[in-house]
Amino acid sequence: MLTLSKQLYDQIVAHARADHPDEACGVIAGPAGSDRPERFIPMTNAARSPTFYEFDSTEQFQVWKQMDDNDEEPVVLYHSHTATEAYPSRTDVSYASEPGAHYVLVSTRDEHETEFRSYRIIDGQVTEEPVTVVE
Amino acid sequence: MAIEVRIPTILRTYTDGAKQVEGTGSTLGELLLDLDAKHGGLRERLVDNGGLRRFVNVYLNDEDVRFLAGLDTPVKDGDTVTVLPAVAGGAS
Repeated sequence: MLTLSKQLYDQIVAHARADHPDEACGVIAGPAGSDRPERFIPMTNAARSPTFYEFDSTEQFQVWKQMDDNDEEPVVLYHSHTATEAYPSRTDVSYASEPGAHYVLVSTRDEHETEFRSYRIIDGQVTEEPVTVVE
Repeated sequence: MAIEVRIPTILRTYTDGAKQVEGTGSTLGELLLDLDAKHGGLRERLVDNGGLRRFVNVYLNDEDVRFLAGLDTPVKDGDTVTVLPAVAGGAS
């Protein structure tokens, strides 16, 4: 199960809406081993595409180094789908490489309703999990 | 002295769980061959058809080696090489 604050939830949705129709992506870092998402880090989609996302490699290095220095880890890796459902695509599954992370998918295909779902992706297996938003 | 190599979680099965390993070589390519002798299979996860795999990022100190000389990038004792899987995907 993924538990996150209303503020982080809103930040992810706002980022996805702002970058629509391109895919938005980012990280929520949290203390290592805590499973607690705390620090919102929007990332540049280096692909700037409506159907693909990729972290900018230099930015990723800096963010990962900072997390390491803070004894944090990527608790959530999020990205948006802008014309399809919030479910991991074959591409998402094949590149998923953080077995400890919650993969959050947001769909902005509907102008008013945002789909927000979370998954574990381990060894090519997708498992959806409930999302709990707390104040 | 040697070159320190930082290994991401997903590849630590090749390093008996070690977060950091050491190797030698005068280029990144040589370093990866040296590492493969001790940690069999690791190199294949990073290199494909003689080049770095598309969705693996390798950094020399703090620079992506794609912006240097890829596998031909010179390395020396005291350098740090960091491996990070690219974070990528999308609807397509």
